[in-house]
Amino acid sequence: MLPSVFRCVRPVSTTLALNRPLAHFRPHMDPDPSRPVERAIRTKLTNSLLPDHLEVHNESHMHAVPPGSESHFRVLVVSSKFEGLPLIQRHRLVNEALKEELSSCVHALAIQAKTPEQWGSNPTLAKSPPCMGGSRGDHTVEEKLKAGRE
Amino acid sequence: MNSLIRSTARCLRAGAAVYLPRQADGRVLAASARLLCAAADLQKDLGNMVKKDKVVVFMKGTPAQPMCGFSNAVVQILRMHGVDDYAAYNVLEDQDLREGVKVFSNWPTIPQVYFNGEFVGGCDILLQMHQNGDLVEELKKLGIHSALLETEKESK
Repeated sequence: MLPSVFRCVRPVSTTLALNRPLAHFRPHMDPDPSRPVERAIRTKLTNSLLPDHLEVHNESHMHAVPPGSESHFRVLVVSSKFEGLPLIQRHRLVNEALKEELSSCVHALAIQAKTPEQWGSNPTLAKSPPCMGGSRGDHTVEEKLKAGRE
Repeated sequence: MNSLIRSTARCLRAGAAVYLPRQADGRVLAASARLLCAAADLQKDLGNMVKKDKVVVFMKGTPAQPMCGFSNAVVQILRMHGVDDYAAYNVLEDQDLREGVKVFSNWPTIPQVYFNGEFVGGCDILLQMHQNGDLVEELKKLGIHSALLETEKESK
Protein backbone atom coordinates (compact mmCIF):
# COMPACT_ATOMS: atom_id res chain seq x y z
CA MET A 1 0.00 0.00 0.00
CA LEU A 2 1.65 3.18 -1.17
CA PRO A 3 1.51 6.10 1.22
CA SER A 4 -0.40 8.98 -0.28
CA VAL A 5 1.09 12.42 0.07
CA PHE A 6 -2.38 13.80 0.57
CA ARG A 7 -3.19 11.65 3.53
CA CYS A 8 -3.30 13.58 6.72
CA VAL A 9 -2.44 11.88 9.93
CA ARG A 10 -5.64 11.83 11.92
CA PRO A 11 -7.39 9.86 14.63
CA VAL A 12 -10.16 7.36 13.89
CA SER A 13 -13.01 9.68 14.70
CA THR A 14 -12.76 13.42 14.25
CA THR A 15 -15.61 14.27 16.63
CA LEU A 16 -14.20 12.10 19.39
CA ALA A 17 -10.70 13.35 18.69
CA LEU A 18 -11.72 16.85 19.56
CA ASN A 19 -13.12 15.73 22.92
CA ARG A 20 -10.77 13.10 24.27
CA PRO A 21 -7.02 12.89 24.83
CA LEU A 22 -5.10 11.24 22.01
CA ALA A 23 -2.98 8.93 24.15
CA HIS A 24 -3.75 5.92 21.93
CA PHE A 25 -3.51 7.79 18.65
CA ARG A 26 -1.63 5.97 15.90
CA PRO A 27 -0.89 7.25 12.40
CA HIS A 28 -2.49 4.13 11.05
CA MET A 29 -1.86 4.51 7.35
CA ASP A 30 1.60 6.01 7.06
CA PRO A 31 4.29 4.23 9.08
CA ASP A 32 6.75 6.91 7.97
CA PRO A 33 6.67 9.52 10.71
CA SER A 34 8.24 12.25 8.58
CA ARG A 35 5.02 14.01 7.72
CA PRO A 36 3.79 13.44 4.17
CA VAL A 37 2.09 16.80 3.71
CA GLU A 38 5.14 18.75 4.82
CA ARG A 39 7.29 16.68 2.45
CA ALA A 40 4.91 17.29 -0.42
CA ILE A 41 4.93 21.04 0.22
CA ARG A 42 8.71 21.09 0.32
CA THR A 43 9.03 19.05 -2.87
CA LYS A 44 6.51 21.07 -4.86
CA LEU A 45 7.89 24.44 -3.84
CA THR A 46 11.42 23.30 -4.61
CA ASN A 47 10.46 22.01 -8.04
CA SER A 48 8.37 24.98 -9.12
CA LEU A 49 10.24 27.92 -7.57
CA LEU A 50 13.85 26.65 -7.40
CA PRO A 51 14.39 28.54 -4.14
CA ASP A 52 17.71 29.75 -2.77
CA HIS A 53 16.24 29.25 0.65
CA LEU A 54 13.11 27.44 1.76
CA GLU A 55 11.51 26.95 5.15
CA VAL A 56 8.36 24.91 5.72
CA HIS A 57 6.93 25.10 9.21
CA ASN A 58 4.01 23.00 10.40
CA GLU A 59 2.14 25.36 12.73
CA SER A 60 -0.83 23.08 13.32
CA HIS A 61 0.14 22.69 16.98
CA MET A 62 -0.56 26.41 17.41
CA HIS A 63 -4.18 25.93 16.39
CA ALA A 64 -7.34 24.23 17.59
CA VAL A 65 -6.69 20.93 15.78
CA PRO A 66 -5.62 17.48 17.09
CA PRO A 67 -1.91 16.82 17.76
CA GLY A 68 -0.09 15.41 14.76
CA SER A 69 -2.24 17.38 12.30
CA GLU A 70 -0.79 18.81 9.13
CA SER A 71 -3.34 21.53 8.51
CA HIS A 72 -1.68 24.87 9.23
CA PHE A 73 1.62 25.80 7.62
CA ARG A 74 3.98 28.76 7.31
CA VAL A 75 6.35 28.84 4.33
CA LEU A 76 9.25 31.13 3.60
CA VAL A 77 10.39 31.02 -0.01
CA VAL A 78 13.41 32.93 -1.27
CA SER A 79 13.57 32.77 -5.04
CA SER A 80 14.78 34.88 -7.92
CA LYS A 81 11.55 33.88 -9.68
CA PHE A 82 9.90 36.55 -7.53
CA GLU A 83 11.99 39.37 -9.02
CA GLY A 84 9.81 42.15 -10.37
CA LEU A 85 6.62 40.53 -9.16
CA PRO A 86 4.20 42.26 -6.78
CA LEU A 87 3.40 40.38 -3.56
CA ILE A 88 0.10 39.09 -4.82
CA GLN A 89 1.65 37.48 -7.89
CA ARG A 90 4.33 35.88 -5.75
CA HIS A 91 1.71 34.44 -3.41
CA ARG A 92 -0.32 33.20 -6.36
CA LEU A 93 2.75 31.29 -7.60
CA VAL A 94 3.05 29.60 -4.23
CA ASN A 95 -0.69 28.88 -4.11
CA GLU A 96 -0.54 27.39 -7.59
CA ALA A 97 2.34 25.09 -6.66
CA LEU A 98 0.41 23.86 -3.62
CA LYS A 99 -3.02 23.75 -5.26
CA GLU A 100 -3.69 20.12 -4.40
CA GLU A 101 -2.67 20.41 -0.77
CA LEU A 102 -4.73 23.57 -0.35
CA SER A 103 -7.83 21.92 -1.73
CA SER A 104 -7.42 18.84 0.43
CA CYS A 105 -5.47 18.82 3.71
CA VAL A 106 -4.11 22.29 4.20
CA HIS A 107 -6.46 24.73 5.89
CA ALA A 108 -4.14 27.69 6.42
CA LEU A 109 -0.98 28.77 4.64
CA ALA A 110 1.07 31.76 5.74
CA ILE A 111 3.46 32.88 3.03
CA GLN A 112 6.62 34.96 2.93
CA ALA A 113 7.90 35.31 -0.61
CA LYS A 114 11.18 37.16 -0.95
CA THR A 115 13.77 37.75 -3.61
CA PRO A 116 17.34 36.78 -2.67
CA GLU A 117 18.16 40.47 -2.24
CA GLN A 118 15.24 41.07 0.11
CA TRP A 119 16.15 38.01 2.14
CA GLY A 120 19.77 39.15 2.32
CA SER A 121 18.81 42.51 3.79
CA ASN A 122 16.22 41.12 6.21
CA PRO A 123 16.65 37.42 6.95
CA THR A 124 13.80 37.02 9.44
CA LEU A 125 10.88 34.62 9.60
CA ALA A 126 7.61 36.34 10.43
CA LYS A 127 5.49 35.06 13.31
CA SER A 128 1.91 33.92 13.00
CA PRO A 129 -0.71 35.70 15.11
CA PRO A 130 -2.15 33.75 18.05
CA CYS A 131 -4.98 31.35 17.26
CA MET A 132 -8.48 32.48 18.16
CA GLY A 133 -9.92 28.99 18.16
CA GLY A 134 -11.81 29.26 14.88
CA SER A 135 -10.90 25.73 13.78
CA ARG A 136 -12.53 24.16 16.83
CA GLY A 137 -15.77 22.50 15.78
CA ASP A 138 -15.27 23.76 12.22
CA HIS A 139 -16.79 21.19 9.89
CA THR A 140 -14.62 22.26 6.97
CA VAL A 141 -11.42 21.79 8.98
CA GLU A 142 -12.61 18.36 10.11
CA GLU A 143 -13.13 17.44 6.45
CA LYS A 144 -9.63 18.61 5.60
CA LEU A 145 -8.14 16.58 8.42
CA LYS A 146 -9.96 13.57 6.98
CA ALA A 147 -8.78 14.27 3.42
CA GLY A 148 -6.91 11.61 1.55
CA ARG A 149 -8.02 8.88 3.89
CA GLU A 150 -10.57 7.29 1.59
CA MET B 1 -18.48 52.93 18.05
CA ASN B 2 -21.27 53.61 15.52
CA SER B 3 -19.05 52.57 12.64
CA LEU B 4 -18.25 49.35 14.48
CA ILE B 5 -21.94 48.61 14.88
CA ARG B 6 -22.47 49.47 11.23
CA SER B 7 -19.78 47.10 10.03
CA THR B 8 -21.07 44.39 12.36
CA ALA B 9 -24.62 44.96 11.17
CA ARG B 10 -23.48 44.77 7.59
CA CYS B 11 -21.71 41.55 8.35
CA LEU B 12 -24.80 40.01 9.96
CA ARG B 13 -26.89 41.08 6.99
CA ALA B 14 -24.51 39.37 4.59
CA GLY B 15 -24.44 36.24 6.70
CA ALA B 16 -28.22 36.01 6.55
CA ALA B 17 -28.34 36.35 2.76
CA VAL B 18 -30.14 33.44 1.19
CA TYR B 19 -29.19 32.33 -2.29
CA LEU B 20 -32.31 30.50 -3.39
CA PRO B 21 -33.05 31.08 -7.06
CA ARG B 22 -36.60 30.71 -8.22
CA GLN B 23 -38.12 30.43 -11.64
CA ALA B 24 -40.17 33.33 -12.97
CA ASP B 25 -43.47 31.74 -11.89
CA GLY B 26 -42.14 31.31 -8.33
CA ARG B 27 -41.51 27.55 -8.49
CA VAL B 28 -38.30 26.41 -6.82
CA LEU B 29 -35.88 24.54 -9.08
CA ALA B 30 -34.76 20.92 -8.52
CA ALA B 31 -31.91 20.49 -6.03
CA SER B 32 -29.01 20.05 -8.46
CA ALA B 33 -30.11 22.84 -10.77
CA ARG B 34 -30.68 24.98 -7.73
CA LEU B 35 -27.14 24.36 -6.53
CA LEU B 36 -25.66 25.37 -9.88
CA CYS B 37 -27.85 28.42 -10.10
CA ALA B 38 -27.06 29.35 -6.53
CA ALA B 39 -23.35 29.09 -7.19
CA ALA B 40 -23.58 31.28 -10.30
CA ASP B 41 -25.77 33.78 -8.47
CA LEU B 42 -23.28 33.90 -5.64
CA GLN B 43 -20.43 34.69 -8.03
CA LYS B 44 -22.52 37.53 -9.44
CA ASP B 45 -23.41 38.74 -5.94
CA LEU B 46 -19.75 38.66 -4.94
CA GLY B 47 -18.97 40.85 -7.93
CA ASN B 48 -21.37 43.41 -6.48
CA MET B 49 -20.34 42.89 -2.89
CA VAL B 50 -16.69 43.71 -3.51
CA LYS B 51 -17.55 46.88 -5.41
CA LYS B 52 -20.22 48.22 -3.07
CA ASP B 53 -17.74 49.37 -0.46
CA LYS B 54 -14.23 50.80 -0.71
CA VAL B 55 -12.82 48.28 1.73
CA VAL B 56 -14.26 44.77 1.86
CA VAL B 57 -13.02 41.94 4.06
CA PHE B 58 -14.08 38.29 3.98
CA MET B 59 -13.14 36.92 7.36
CA LYS B 60 -13.86 34.38 10.04
CA GLY B 61 -15.97 36.00 12.70
CA THR B 62 -16.71 39.70 12.87
CA PRO B 63 -14.58 42.80 13.46
CA ALA B 64 -15.99 42.89 16.98
CA GLN B 65 -15.29 39.20 17.53
CA PRO B 66 -12.82 37.65 15.10
CA MET B 67 -12.69 33.85 15.19
CA CYS B 68 -9.25 33.42 13.65
CA GLY B 69 -5.84 34.90 14.39
CA PHE B 70 -5.20 35.81 10.75
CA SER B 71 -8.60 37.47 10.36
CA ASN B 72 -8.00 39.30 13.62
CA ALA B 73 -4.67 40.58 12.30
CA VAL B 74 -6.46 42.15 9.33
CA VAL B 75 -8.99 43.81 11.63
CA GLN B 76 -6.25 45.14 13.90
CA ILE B 77 -4.22 46.53 11.01
CA LEU B 78 -7.21 48.33 9.57
CA ARG B 79 -8.08 49.66 13.01
CA MET B 80 -4.53 50.98 13.44
CA HIS B 81 -4.97 52.98 10.27
CA GLY B 82 -8.29 54.30 11.50
CA VAL B 83 -10.30 52.28 8.97
CA ASP B 84 -13.44 51.34 10.89
CA ASP B 85 -16.02 51.75 8.20
CA TYR B 86 -15.71 48.72 5.97
CA ALA B 87 -17.81 45.77 4.85
CA ALA B 88 -16.93 42.61 6.72
CA TYR B 89 -18.47 39.29 5.67
CA ASN B 90 -18.33 36.38 8.10
CA VAL B 91 -17.67 33.21 6.09
CA LEU B 92 -18.29 31.00 9.12
CA GLU B 93 -21.97 31.88 8.89
CA ASP B 94 -22.33 30.80 5.28
CA GLN B 95 -20.54 27.78 3.82
CA ASP B 96 -21.54 28.75 0.29
CA LEU B 97 -19.98 32.15 0.76
CA ARG B 98 -16.90 30.58 2.25
CA GLU B 99 -16.34 28.35 -0.78
CA GLY B 100 -17.70 30.86 -3.30
CA VAL B 101 -15.31 33.63 -2.35
CA LYS B 102 -12.34 31.30 -2.81
CA VAL B 103 -13.51 30.57 -6.34
CA PHE B 104 -14.30 34.21 -7.00
CA SER B 105 -10.88 35.46 -5.88
CA ASN B 106 -9.04 32.35 -7.03
CA TRP B 107 -7.47 32.41 -3.59
CA PRO B 108 -7.52 29.40 -1.29
CA THR B 109 -7.62 30.95 2.17
CA ILE B 110 -9.49 33.38 4.41
CA PRO B 111 -9.16 36.29 5.22
CA GLN B 112 -9.41 38.11 1.89
CA VAL B 113 -9.17 41.87 1.45
CA TYR B 114 -10.57 43.97 -1.40
CA PHE B 115 -9.85 47.67 -2.09
CA ASN B 116 -12.19 49.35 -4.59
CA GLY B 117 -13.32 46.03 -5.99
CA GLU B 118 -9.80 44.80 -6.51
CA PHE B 119 -8.38 41.83 -4.63
CA VAL B 120 -5.43 42.89 -2.48
CA GLY B 121 -4.51 39.66 -0.75
CA GLY B 122 -4.70 37.99 2.63
CA CYS B 123 -3.27 38.68 6.04
CA ASP B 124 0.38 38.27 5.02
CA ILE B 125 0.12 40.79 2.20
CA LEU B 126 -1.80 43.34 4.25
CA LEU B 127 0.76 43.02 7.03
CA GLN B 128 3.66 43.57 4.66
CA MET B 129 1.91 46.54 3.07
CA HIS B 130 1.42 47.96 6.55
CA GLN B 131 5.08 47.42 7.44
CA ASN B 132 6.55 48.88 4.24
CA GLY B 133 4.26 51.91 4.04
CA ASP B 134 2.32 50.76 0.98
CA LEU B 135 -0.92 50.50 2.92
CA VAL B 136 -0.94 54.20 3.75
CA GLU B 137 -0.50 54.92 0.02
CA GLU B 138 -3.21 52.50 -1.07
CA LEU B 139 -5.65 53.94 1.47
CA LYS B 140 -4.84 57.43 0.17
CA LYS B 141 -5.83 56.27 -3.32
CA LEU B 142 -9.17 55.22 -1.85
CA GLY B 143 -9.59 58.65 -0.36
CA ILE B 144 -8.92 57.33 3.13
CA HIS B 145 -6.48 59.27 5.27
CA SER B 146 -4.61 56.80 7.44
CA ALA B 147 -4.65 57.53 11.17
CA LEU B 148 -0.97 56.66 11.25
CA LEU B 149 -0.22 59.81 9.27
CA GLU B 150 -1.63 61.84 12.15
CA THR B 151 0.51 59.92 14.63
CA GLU B 152 3.55 60.60 12.47
CA LYS B 153 2.74 64.31 12.31
CA GLU B 154 2.35 64.48 16.09
CA SER B 155 5.67 62.83 16.73
CA LYS B 156 7.54 65.31 14.50
